[in-house]
Amino acid sequence: MPFLACVLAYALQGRLTGGAAFVAGGVAGLLFLVTVLLFPQVSQGGALIYRIEWIPQLGLNLTLRMDGLAWLFCVLITLIGLLVVLYARYYMSPKDPVARFYALLLAFMGAMLGLVLSGNIIQLAVFWELTSLVSFLLIGYWYHRGDARDGARMALIVTGMGGLALFVAMLLIGHIVGSYELDVVLASGRTLVESPLYPVTLILFLLAAFTKSAQFPFQFWLPNAMTAPTPVSAYLHSATMVKAGVFLLTRFWPVMSDSELWFAIVTYTGLATLIFGAAAALFQRDLKGLLAYSTISHLGLITTLLGMGTPLAAVAAIFHIANHAVFKASLFMAVGIIDHETGTRDVRKLSGLWRFMPFTATFAIIASGAMAGVPLLNGFLSKEMFFTETAEFHPDVFVNYSLPIGATIAGMLSVAYSIKFVHGVFFGPPPTELDRVPHEPPALMRRPMELLVVVCLAVGIIPGITIGPFLAAAVTSVLGAETPYYSLSVWHGFNLPLLMSLLAMVGGAVIYVPYYRRFRDVDGLPFLNRFRGQRIFERLLLNATNKWARSFMQLFGTQRLQPQIFIVVLLALAAGVAAGWARMGNLPLPESFDPVLGLVWLMGGISAIAAAQQAKFHRLAAMILMGGAGLATCITFAWLSAPDLALTQLLAEIATTVLILLGLRWLPKRLPVPDDLTLRMRLRRGRDVGLAVLVGLGAALASYAIMTRSAPLGISEFFLANAYKQGGGTNVVNVMLVDFRGFDTMGEITVLGVVALTVFGLLRRFRPAVDNAERPEQQRLLDGSAEGQRVADDFLRIPALIMTWLFPVVIAIAIYMLLRGHDLPGGGFIAGIIMSLAFILQYMANGTRWVEERLRVLPVLWIGWGLLLAMLTGLGAMALGAPFLTSAFAYAEIPLIGKIPMATALLFDLGVFALVVGATVLMLIALAHQSIRRPKPAGSAKPREREGLAKWN
Amino acid sequence: MELILAAAIGVLAASGVYLILRPRTFQVIIGLSLISYAVNLFILAMGRLRMDAAPILDGANANPADYVDPVPQALVLTAIVIGFAMTALFLVVLLAARGLTGNDHVDGKLD
Repeated sequence: MPFLACVLAYALQGRLTGGAAFVAGGVAGLLFLVTVLLFPQVSQGGALIYRIEWIPQLGLNLTLRMDGLAWLFCVLITLIGLLVVLYARYYMSPKDPVARFYALLLAFMGAMLGLVLSGNIIQLAVFWELTSLVSFLLIGYWYHRGDARDGARMALIVTGMGGLALFVAMLLIGHIVGSYELDVVLASGRTLVESPLYPVTLILFLLAAFTKSAQFPFQFWLPNAMTAPTPVSAYLHSATMVKAGVFLLTRFWPVMSDSELWFAIVTYTGLATLIFGAAAALFQRDLKGLLAYSTISHLGLITTLLGMGTPLAAVAAIFHIANHAVFKASLFMAVGIIDHETGTRDVRKLSGLWRFMPFTATFAIIASGAMAGVPLLNGFLSKEMFFTETAEFHPDVFVNYSLPIGATIAGMLSVAYSIKFVHGVFFGPPPTELDRVPHEPPALMRRPMELLVVVCLAVGIIPGITIGPFLAAAVTSVLGAETPYYSLSVWHGFNLPLLMSLLAMVGGAVIYVPYYRRFRDVDGLPFLNRFRGQRIFERLLLNATNKWARSFMQLFGTQRLQPQIFIVVLLALAAGVAAGWARMGNLPLPESFDPVLGLVWLMGGISAIAAAQQAKFHRLAAMILMGGAGLATCITFAWLSAPDLALTQLLAEIATTVLILLGLRWLPKRLPVPDDLTLRMRLRRGRDVGLAVLVGLGAALASYAIMTRSAPLGISEFFLANAYKQGGGTNVVNVMLVDFRGFDTMGEITVLGVVALTVFGLLRRFRPAVDNAERPEQQRLLDGSAEGQRVADDFLRIPALIMTWLFPVVIAIAIYMLLRGHDLPGGGFIAGIIMSLAFILQYMANGTRWVEERLRVLPVLWIGWGLLLAMLTGLGAMALGAPFLTSAFAYAEIPLIGKIPMATALLFDLGVFALVVGATVLMLIALAHQSIRRPKPAGSAKPREREGLAKWN
Repeated sequence: MELILAAAIGVLAASGVYLILRPRTFQVIIGLSLISYAVNLFILAMGRLRMDAAPILDGANANPADYVDPVPQALVLTAIVIGFAMTALFLVVLLAARGLTGNDHVDGKLD
């Protein structure tokens, strides 16, 4: 549904700018309502499943599955989506193409909902990629800005890499568990952890989660993604998309977390990210940068919790996901408001805004309180749970100390940057460097933020009532039966976690004071500034796509064709030998020898070898010799009971010869120079001869070995048995072409048509080389002195007359071949080539101009109608309820001619015929036309067009 | 008979392979044609050689064993037509390249 709405919103572009916003808001609101109404059904720990079978054999289904965790995410996605749409309505400038913005936002909402509702893990991976793609488009929304494009590209590459890893991980999980259905995977218990493939799967899986959730060392893309419009940052990069990573960790937590490897990697990656993000956030001058690093830090916190592997930690993680989404989205909105009203996000330029926008300030301060973990706010509760978990006794001494100490340090830093945010922006003297006087934004722009802050307060003060049941549902869906007892109350008594919280508060304040005095103007972390992930990434990218790629090409690649073909042939030979050597067996001696065929092939073989030898300097001779080999092939076809093939081969041979003859004229003159062979050329030739002989031997051996064995039972019996009964024809080959394998033929004639059009297109812009631009020597010599007289005028007078008279005869033969094709050798292909030869004969006999004054040949139309007819025949069968290209047949009595077979296949064959005529004629004529065109040689300016020939040139 | 055909296929293939390894475009076209003859004969040979079998059915109640294998024939028929199209296309590409580069080397430049 969001996708439909996405299209709708995009369609509204240019009409009312409010229209798209209205659609987006409406959809988000509706989805939110639906989600809320579904709560009673998921609150019992069950899951709603809706399944559409797609390829059940492969386990690929479209499954929507909503349980408590998915429900919680759906609420976050739709609710914050709704608020962001409302907010963006005021934030976006009317100059921006807002319809695109809302369309993308809706597309993202759809992708994200699809992700959390996926009941099939392949589907999950697909939606995962979709979120990356839409996120790319949203970050690059202002695509005229270079930094937005860079940020978008980086986000896409990093998260796309993760997506790839996820896909492989999902395939592995499916392989281990034996099903791609999430239900089955979640119920698989310890199967995954005990599998030998577990480490690989886990690492790929974590790679995906860490890149998406910007965990160390992949954190660098998130701050760069802040070039997106602020509503996008609020929605994607704080509340939803980056949560996809931790969602993934949570989703598979029950089946993957129970191992040392998980604990070590996830916990300490999370902890590193937590501290790094918090420290980096403190040293940011840009407010959005501060929030971005703070988001990284909080995601690190969630990851740490998920890494610890205890049920209570998982509860805390889920709780913190929700809390963080709420307060961070509101903070982003606050920053957006500040940016909107003051024109800057630089914390040094801002101060004392409390006086100008008291409401915004109040709400932002509360939200930052939640971020810092101040009591009576929602952030406090989950942070307290976090401290409790880190302080748990652990047998390993290192773990026992590193976790609580790291957590406390991170807590201090997060308090410090929260203070920096609040103090730097809202307190102090009034700002002096602003262009305008800030004031409160429109009430409706503030409303979304205010609502979120109220949620913060409500959850913080009365957690049991506001979030208790929802959290319980989510937690039960993840933990199932082992859900531990947990308490959501604000006051747990004076204990270690509370002490840690207090320490963090005081420590944060203590850190902030010297920071404020000394490091206020520093941008980015001191010391670590040189090792910026972004720069490393860009350098790596540049090297990989530019330098490395080029040297790799130089090392392994060649642009020359000959070595490439050599390697291909060599590999083919090696593959053939490897496959055939062992199965060769003992070859029997030949049983029979056919002297006639032997004689034919004596000639054929000599022709082939001579053609190979002559092709360099004597092109015409080589072509004639090739024709000799072709004729030998043709005779062999006839000899071996294949009359159709013999006919087709003969005709194709003629057409090819005419084509090559037409082309020969444009090739460079090449005279034999016998003494220019260097040693290197001799060596190369010797090498090629060697390879050629080997290939020839291999081919001969393989074919001999196969021919001397008896044939396996194939599908031929079927065709022989059914050609007459079902196809209504006795020429089995033709029945196969137009009936049984009609779809193949359809593809084939399409190829033929495409080739003809390509030939035509290439020749339209044909430029001959300079040395061929003149008319050929022979024509110049024979040309009479009379002006305008052509050599063809008096050339071959008598043959020309005969050829002219033959024209109707040849056409009659073609039609005869077409009609009898079903029962006797013939058919569309053969008839088509014969027909086109009839045309080309006229061209040869009387010259291009003479023919075109008398005949209107429209080969492109022939091609088009032929293809259309073939297709319509097939569709006609479909209209009657049979599969595509099914044929029907009957014998019809036609007066004077007698009984002829009338199958619908004949119509199809007629289409084939028309297309072959069109294609062959088009190719031949287009080439023939070059000789009367007098085109200018390559390199000269515009060719002069002749009147009346524009049709062909 | 099998020996003759096998030798024919071998000779055609060898000549063709030698030619497609040559540097001139025209040689490559001739070579490809020769290779396609070899391949067509090879495909036909997959149905085993029958000289005395009829290709055309005699009414509805025919015994399949009396007839030649139609499947390779249908495949080869397709292959011949496509081979013709391929030759035509290559020829025209050759001519265009010849016009643009001024020579007929396969790489478009003399070495």
